[in-house]
Amino acid sequence: MSAVTETSLNLQAAPRPKLGWLITDSMSVSRRHLLKITRVPESLFFALIQPVMFVLLFAFVFGGAINVGPGGAQAYREYLIPGILAQTVMFAVAGITVGITEDAGKGIMDRFRSLPMRPGAVLAGHTLASLLQNTLVIGILSVTGLAIGWRIHGTFGEAALAYLMFAMFAYAITWVGAWIGLHMPNSEVAGTAGLAWIFPFTFASNIFTPVATMPGWLQPFVLWNPVSCLALAGRTLFHNPVPMLGHSFPERYPVELSFGYAILLLAIFAPLAVRAFKNRNA
Amino acid sequence: MTLAIKAAGLTKSFGDVVALNGIDIEVEQGTVLGLLGPNGSGKTTIVRILATLLKADSGVASVGGFDVVTQPDEVRSVIGLTGQYAAVDEYLTGRENLELFARLFHLSKVDAKKRADQLLDRFDLSDAADRGIKGYSGGMRRRLDLAASLIGRPNVLFLDEPTTGLDPRSRQGMWEVIEDLVADGTTVLLTTQYLEEADQLANKIVVLNHGEVIAKGTSDELKSQVGGDRIELVVGAASDLPSAAELLREFGSGPPATEPEIRTLLLPVSGGSSAIVDVVRKLDENKINIADIALRRPTLDDVFLSLTGHAAEDKTEAAGAPKGRRGRKARR
Repeated sequence: MSAVTETSLNLQAAPRPKLGWLITDSMSVSRRHLLKITRVPESLFFALIQPVMFVLLFAFVFGGAINVGPGGAQAYREYLIPGILAQTVMFAVAGITVGITEDAGKGIMDRFRSLPMRPGAVLAGHTLASLLQNTLVIGILSVTGLAIGWRIHGTFGEAALAYLMFAMFAYAITWVGAWIGLHMPNSEVAGTAGLAWIFPFTFASNIFTPVATMPGWLQPFVLWNPVSCLALAGRTLFHNPVPMLGHSFPERYPVELSFGYAILLLAIFAPLAVRAFKNRNA
Repeated sequence: MTLAIKAAGLTKSFGDVVALNGIDIEVEQGTVLGLLGPNGSGKTTIVRILATLLKADSGVASVGGFDVVTQPDEVRSVIGLTGQYAAVDEYLTGRENLELFARLFHLSKVDAKKRADQLLDRFDLSDAADRGIKGYSGGMRRRLDLAASLIGRPNVLFLDEPTTGLDPRSRQGMWEVIEDLVADGTTVLLTTQYLEEADQLANKIVVLNHGEVIAKGTSDELKSQVGGDRIELVVGAASDLPSAAELLREFGSGPPATEPEIRTLLLPVSGGSSAIVDVVRKLDENKINIADIALRRPTLDDVFLSLTGHAAEDKTEAAGAPKGRRGRKARR
């Protein structure tokens, strides 16, 4: 114990509006998670390797058996990449579920909750860091896609809108993962539960196979499934093959619907998650 | 006198398990209150309520003059909390952790850096500052955790079992740190399972059992209730016990008790270790063989034994976790 003079420091918080604090606090928390990625680069590596493997598997192993119309294998590869982007966005959610459950189990959540910080910032910062990681993965996947023959045929504006849409949906859906993570007893359960709900949405979708190949009773779910909408919207904006089933609303307005889903998810799950965070154990 | 912590009629149930059954607590500014009790007695629940982490079912509580329910932000700006688990990020370095929490305490970037430096220095963590927490020892983690809770130089500090799981040397170090903080005027609410720890640090002690206060007072007051020290003597032959009891009666602060099956004699004493010398000399003069002799200080078990008539329960139960299986209700 050395006698450092502690009087020189101003420990009073500067006055700032609550929204301002929400932003700075979120940035601080976000920085924590980004630092963590640099400390455990393996996590990023495996977050990348999995979707790349899916790309290679479907492009070269399963793809030949799937018919998306004229154009054969090349057409399927163009069909596949927006689907893989949607899948990646979904699978990334499991990571935040586990991360939040882990924090809660370790007591660092209590530390956050006992600080005079904005309660929403812990989750906002975590989801923001997850979005940044996601953006990087989406970027690398796109490059992988280009390498195997995927092409963006649309305008620059359309492509930019597509990436904005993927990013926005990715951000919104991590709030669902955060909300689930706050209700899990431990990280093992979070690991399984965090994936369990993602599977039906991810695979009962059009990301790998056209809706027309699925049984009639399943088609409405697949059509309205947000993951399908996202993939379809991506294909539409990139001008990749879009095998249509009919003229249902989700097929006619996939881009609008994807943005709508993102806003809806955010509007529902962000407040729910923040409330769950505030009332933990209460 | 100014009260730093005031709680009245706190109750809390988890499902049909009553965790707190009407708790009243007052802690004067600049003093240390020790919450003493076995696992599951409600210590952690009280801390969590006072630190705004948990809402009580009924009752009122204020910390630093602010209501914990209606003014949580104000409460959070005057408290520090160190829980049973080191609440730091494993993957960050010690310095990064402290800077993170300082920023979240709304210090400016420059001040956060300075404050982290001060605390690292103060807790002898400067050398390890830029290493990841993963490589820290248990004692270092606790010190860092305590440092993190001191970032805003809190008026009121909650320490939930601050030394559980620490080796004796780290424990001693932690005690010294806490004593320094109190000397600087910090109010401390400390939970512990160790009577020795409460004895060392606390001005006043509240003993909890099954979510109720079963005793409160200074350490001396509690000890006098328990009956102070006692000598535990094992004689070489059980047949010597009656005569030993007769011979030693004069040294006891109460009558000796014998347990012939284990050749043991228990003698309450007030003179501490000098009583042992008297006992050994007397037995030696009378050629009674001593197999073992020890001076026993009262333990938490003894406190419970004398206050409730049975030993402290649930030693093995997960430490004060508010959730999970707990098979009994608070006694009324």
